Amino acid sequence: MLYREAGQFKTNYVADSAIFPLREDRIGIGLIILAAYALAFLGNSFLLQAVMIPFLVFSLASIGLNILTGYTGLLSLGTGAFMGVGAYACYKLMTAFPGVNVIVWIFVSGFFSAGIGALFGLPSLRIKGFYLAVATLAAQFFLQWCFIRIPWLVNYNVSGALDAPLRTLFGVPIMGPNATPQVRYLVVLTIVILLTWLASNLVHGRIGRMWIAIRDMDLAAELMGIRPLQTKLLAFAVSSYYCGVAGALLVFLWYGGAEYDVFNINQSFFILFMVIIGGLGSLIGSFFGAALIFILPIVLGIVLPAVMSPFGITVGSDVIEHLRFMIVGALIIFFLIVEPHGLARLWQIGKQKLLAWPFPY
Amino acid sequence: MDILYKVFIEPFVFMGEAPDLLIQTLWEGLVSGVLYALIALGFVLIFKASGVFNFAQGIMVVFSALTLVGLYEKGVPAFLALILAVLVMLVLAIVVERVVLRPLVNQPDIILFMATFGLTYFLIGFGELIFGGNPKEMITDALFLPQGTTELDMLGGMVRFQHLDIAAAVIASIMIALLAVFFSKTRVGRALRAVADSHKAALSVGISLNQIWVIVWFAAGIVALVAGIMWGARSGVSFSLQVIALKALPVLILGGFTSIPGAIIGGLIIGIGEKLGEFYWGPLVGGGVETWLAYVIALLFLLYRPQGLFGEKIIERI
Repeated sequence: MLYREAGQFKTNYVADSAIFPLREDRIGIGLIILAAYALAFLGNSFLLQAVMIPFLVFSLASIGLNILTGYTGLLSLGTGAFMGVGAYACYKLMTAFPGVNVIVWIFVSGFFSAGIGALFGLPSLRIKGFYLAVATLAAQFFLQWCFIRIPWLVNYNVSGALDAPLRTLFGVPIMGPNATPQVRYLVVLTIVILLTWLASNLVHGRIGRMWIAIRDMDLAAELMGIRPLQTKLLAFAVSSYYCGVAGALLVFLWYGGAEYDVFNINQSFFILFMVIIGGLGSLIGSFFGAALIFILPIVLGIVLPAVMSPFGITVGSDVIEHLRFMIVGALIIFFLIVEPHGLARLWQIGKQKLLAWPFPY
Repeated sequence: MDILYKVFIEPFVFMGEAPDLLIQTLWEGLVSGVLYALIALGFVLIFKASGVFNFAQGIMVVFSALTLVGLYEKGVPAFLALILAVLVMLVLAIVVERVVLRPLVNQPDIILFMATFGLTYFLIGFGELIFGGNPKEMITDALFLPQGTTELDMLGGMVRFQHLDIAAAVIASIMIALLAVFFSKTRVGRALRAVADSHKAALSVGISLNQIWVIVWFAAGIVALVAGIMWGARSGVSFSLQVIALKALPVLILGGFTSIPGAIIGGLIIGIGEKLGEFYWGPLVGGGVETWLAYVIALLFLLYRPQGLFGEKIIERI
C-alpha cells in the first residue's frame, strides 16, 4: 500500500536515469544502510566477525567478478588469485611505508591487482568462453605458485604467511590483534558501500553500457564503434581492482592473517557460484549470492543438529560441510534451470508484485 | 649472460651427458601424458555429442574410483565392485540427462558449462558424504594390476619402468582403440557422430537425442572409471585428483575440443613438456612449475592457434 509509483513524475533526464527512481526505494536503501551501521552497535562480536564481515568481503569480490562475467560476459576462474594479488600488494605497501594510512594502501593495492588482471585479460581479445576460462586458470595456478615461491612477497618471514600489523585510524586500531570486530566491521562496511556506489555508477553509465554491448553481441558492438580491446581490458582491470580490494580486506580485516592457500581455486569457484546464484549482471544479486552461499552453511550448522537430535542422529561438522557442497551444487543447477537470472530476478519480481498489490490488474 | 646460459645451454648439456635420466623423464612424461589424454577423452566424448563442456569430468574420475574402492572396503568382491561402479556411472548418466541436460536444452553453451560446475560440487559433497573425505588406497592387488619395477641398462645408466605405468599405458591405448572402433564401426557410434555434426539433422533421421546423451555420458563415465583406477593406483584416490583432472583442459586446448587424436597428442605434449620443464628448468625458478606450466603452454598456444592442433573449426574471434 505504501509502495506506489503513482504521483511520482519524472520531469527531466536526470530523474529519468536515476538508479532508484522511486522515493520508496531511496528511503529503503537509506534505511538498509542505516541498519547496517546500527548493527555495529547492536550486534554481538560473533555476528560481526563470523557473519557480517565475511559477507561484505565476499559481496565485494562478487561485485568484481560480476562486472567481468555478468556485465561483460567474460568467464574468469582466476578470482582467487586476483584477490591474492591485492592482499600481497597491500601487505608489501603497508610494511614498506608504515607512515601512510592503511586505508590508502587498501585502495591502492587494488591497482596492482588491476594491472595483473589486465595482463591476464589480454588473451580475451582472441578467445572467449571455455578457452578464456582455461586462460584464467593459468593466472590462478601461476599466481598461486608465485605466492608460495617468492619469499619477497611476505618480507622473507619464516612462516610464509601474511599477518596484519597494528594500524590505526584517528587513533583507533583498525587492523591487527587489538582491533575490535566492531571497528573492523565499520571500516569494511564503509569501503564496501563506497565501492558499490562507484560500481553502480560505472555499470549504469557509458562504460557499463559498453560492457553490456560487448557481452550481448561483440560484433555489433564493434560496428557501433566500441573498441573491444579497451573495453574488455577495462572490464578485467576494474573487476580485478574490486577483487584485489576484497582480498586485502579478507586477509587483514577478517582473518587477521592468512597463507597462500586462502586464494586457491576453490575460492575462485565459490565466488563464481555467488555470482551465478545471485544473478549474472546485477549488483544487488552479488549481495544476495554472497549471503546465500556464505550464510547457508552457518544456518545449516545451527539448524541441522537441532532438527536431527530428536531422532537420535548426531550431525558432525564434516557432514554439514559435505551437505553444503551438495546443496550449493544442487542450487546452482536449480537456479540455472528455473531462474537463470538468479536471486536478483526474484527480487525484481517481488518488487513488481508489491507495486501492484493488492490489485494486480 | 649467465641466466641465458642457464636457460638455453645448461639443460641441454645435462640431457646429453645423462641420456638415461632424459629417457626416464620422457617415460614419466609419457605415462602421465597418456593419463591426461584419458581424462581429456572423456571431455571430448561429451563435447562432440552434446556440445556441453563437461567440467564435471574430473570429479567423475574421482567419484567412480571412490565408488569402486568404497564398495570394496564395505566387503564387496573386487570384480563385483567394478561392475557395480560401472552401473553407478550408468545411473549417473541417466540422472544427469534427466535432471540437468533435458531442462537446459537450447540454452547458451556457457549456461550448460556452469550447470556442470553445479554437478561437480554436488558430486564432491555426495561422494564425501557416502565414502568419507579421507584419501583411499586403490585396490591394485584385487584388480590384478601388476606392481613392481623393471630396471633396464640403457645408455650407460639404469632406467626404471614401473609395471603399473606400463599397464596404464597399455590399458589406455586399448581403451582409445576401442573407442575409435566404437565411433567408426558401430551403429550407435555412427549415430553419435551424426549428432555431433548436426543435432537437427540427426533428429530428422530418427536418432533420439536423449538416448544418445545417456550413452555418451555413460561412455565418458567408463573412461572416467578407467582413468580413476589408473590415477588412483599411482597417487591414491582422493579429491585432490580433481586438480589433476583440471590439467585435461590445457590438453584439450592443445588438441582441439572435438578431436580424439588431438586429445591423445595434446596429452602427450603436456605430459612430456611438463616433466621436462620440471626436471630441467624447474630448479632455476625454485621448482614446482608443474602446477602451472601446462596452463601457460596452453595459453601461449591459444595466441597462435586458437582452434588447437586438430580442432575442426576456427573459433570465433573479435
